[in-house]
Amino acid sequence: MPAHTPSSNAPGITPGTTPGIAPGAASGAAPTPRKRQPNGADLVIRLLERQGVDVVAGIPGGANLPLYDALGRADSIRHVLARHEQGAGFMAQGMARVTGRPAVFFATSGPGATNTLTAIADAKLDSVPVVCVTGQVPLGLVGSDAFQEVDIYGMSIPVTKHNFLVRSVDELAEVIPAAFRIAASGRPGPVLVDIPKNVQMAPVDPAVFDNPPQPGQPAAPPAPDPAAISRAAALLNAARRPMLYLGGGVVASGASDMAVQLAERAGLPTVMTLMALGAMPAGHPLSLGMLGMHAARHTNLLLAECDVLLVAGARFDDRAVGKAERFCPQATIVHIDIDESELDKILPVHCGITGDVGLALAELLPLLRHRAETGREAWLTRVEECRRRHPFVMPGADDPRTPYGLIRCAADAVDHDAIVATDVGQHQMRTAQAYPLRGPRRWLTSGGLGTMGFGLPAAIGAALARPEATVLCFTGDGSLQMNIQELATAAEEGVNVKILLADNNALGLVRQQQELFYEGRLVASAYRRKVDFARIAEGFGVPAVDLDASEHPLRDLADALRAPGPCLIRVTVPAEANVYPMVPPGADNLQMIGGEPETDAAMQEDDNDCDAHADAAGGRHVHA
Amino acid sequence: MSTPDIARPGQPAGTAPSARPLVALRLTVNNHPGVMSHVCGLFARRAFNVEAILCTPVNGGQVSRIWLLVAEDERLEQMVRQVRKLHDVLDVRRRPAGGEAFARLADCMAAWERETAG
Repeated sequence: MPAHTPSSNAPGITPGTTPGIAPGAASGAAPTPRKRQPNGADLVIRLLERQGVDVVAGIPGGANLPLYDALGRADSIRHVLARHEQGAGFMAQGMARVTGRPAVFFATSGPGATNTLTAIADAKLDSVPVVCVTGQVPLGLVGSDAFQEVDIYGMSIPVTKHNFLVRSVDELAEVIPAAFRIAASGRPGPVLVDIPKNVQMAPVDPAVFDNPPQPGQPAAPPAPDPAAISRAAALLNAARRPMLYLGGGVVASGASDMAVQLAERAGLPTVMTLMALGAMPAGHPLSLGMLGMHAARHTNLLLAECDVLLVAGARFDDRAVGKAERFCPQATIVHIDIDESELDKILPVHCGITGDVGLALAELLPLLRHRAETGREAWLTRVEECRRRHPFVMPGADDPRTPYGLIRCAADAVDHDAIVATDVGQHQMRTAQAYPLRGPRRWLTSGGLGTMGFGLPAAIGAALARPEATVLCFTGDGSLQMNIQELATAAEEGVNVKILLADNNALGLVRQQQELFYEGRLVASAYRRKVDFARIAEGFGVPAVDLDASEHPLRDLADALRAPGPCLIRVTVPAEANVYPMVPPGADNLQMIGGEPETDAAMQEDDNDCDAHADAAGGRHVHA
Repeated sequence: MSTPDIARPGQPAGTAPSARPLVALRLTVNNHPGVMSHVCGLFARRAFNVEAILCTPVNGGQVSRIWLLVAEDERLEQMVRQVRKLHDVLDVRRRPAGGEAFARLADCMAAWERETAG
């Protein structure tokens, strides 16, 4: 993306920055330097400052140079120079996921803009508030196939919550605050603002610049319908085998504590989606961890037995519920979501509540009978029994040179406030299963889009927003290679990101599916050459530790995690090691493969009981 | 880039126009370039067929009205909820329709073409 330097910005004639004449050095007759008239780009930076933006990730190019010029003049916002616009997008996501506030990234027109799309789509599916500001060719050239012109407005419609093409400098004062308001209101999401270069360079009315509009704030969330809350309370109070199902909306609304209180009051065994991990702390007696495709066996077995399911801020993703018709076949479903279009989308719900999850749970809480009054100790005993009989199996947890051990030993070596990012694949599912997350907004993973390459730049973003925290980035060799250039950014910024690479020289989860569902035909899932990741990291300026060669792997791991700044820690893991249990794609959640401790007849019998339950209840009607 | 996708349960994409009753959706939208892309793209993306479409500016052009003729099926309520989420859509109303208005409109346009031909 060659930078195109307009002649009007040549040094020496830019008003107010005349070099060579020190202030006061000239004779008294020298005219006082006239105040430079602000342009559209200056106004954008001013509005970002007022939104509280202190870090912007991005890459400059021809069509956004005025914005960068204004960024440099203002000198109020730290810019982090990514090595690829997708990396910049995931850095913004990292900042937004740990703070809950919209984060910003910049890209130029054409290839700069198209490179942002994967990060934007990822933010859409995981409801992450980000604002992407792209440069565009001058409005007069739009539609002429100009150099580095693409219709990013049109291309980003399906992957943004909303988008803008700014046609006049007069629109900026309205559009920028609106972008922040929309990104953060209701169900959060990405907003793209495309600004043609001539709009960036157009003069701004000084009255507007000196009195800019108020920053855009999230709109007040809709109040839940009290009648629906009462119905939900009645259903839960009458339930004999109720369960609570938490989704990413619980984290987004800051409702984690409220959800835990509610579960404790009513005695609700609780499952979480991939996005909600940390909402209830790992190890909480009521927590059954993640549900779905790679859940512990007892988690999916118990869901099939529940009679009332309270779903909070979740959207019944197929990786969570499996075959929807067969999900919780006996359950009456109460569903709370801030996005009305999620109600009845996948499953018909018996009691739908549109509203902020935190508000709804707060209103529901006092209406629920206390655990002691509900007479459901038998259910809670059954939960414990099932958990004992079908425990989650974690081979090699004490050895940092195994897939699970790398995760568990790293967790043991850092404090509870560490932030955990992942890439996508087997390591991601293992981290979701095994990492003991103690709270919300410490877990960054690409849930909906499943984007390999998410981890490293998202971890960098998290470290920029939380410089005091240790950020662990669990990754695999396939994922790491999809945004490996951001090692340079990590080294340049000195961020406290520890990359934990489980290197199987393969696309492990693809390999696993080929082994299990394609009769073992391994096509294009193994790399034929090994990459020396330690040397690569060192080449980028990131220190590396190879646990394969270590005599004291536990100590070396702990030392590497304690040292400040970025670091890559790699270990070879076998490509044959699959993630279990696994529900085949498209199957119902009781069709779990693997993950049994030791086969014993009693357990088999118990499994069959669960199957029989589900069969007897039959399927349920499902919407597309 | 992740694991292979699976089929969503329920109705397949691209349902052919059928004998289902028709419904007219009346949208009031901000009138600026790009709104039609947002609305039409949403229906296409969610595999919901639009039988007819009419768009006219109202009240001096600040807002426009878009009429969409669609099949009344079990996914319509979901589509309406999705349309309501578009930030440039100010209002959505549904009313039963047989398509006669659109048929008369087609006749009217045909007559206009004849009058202005040659």
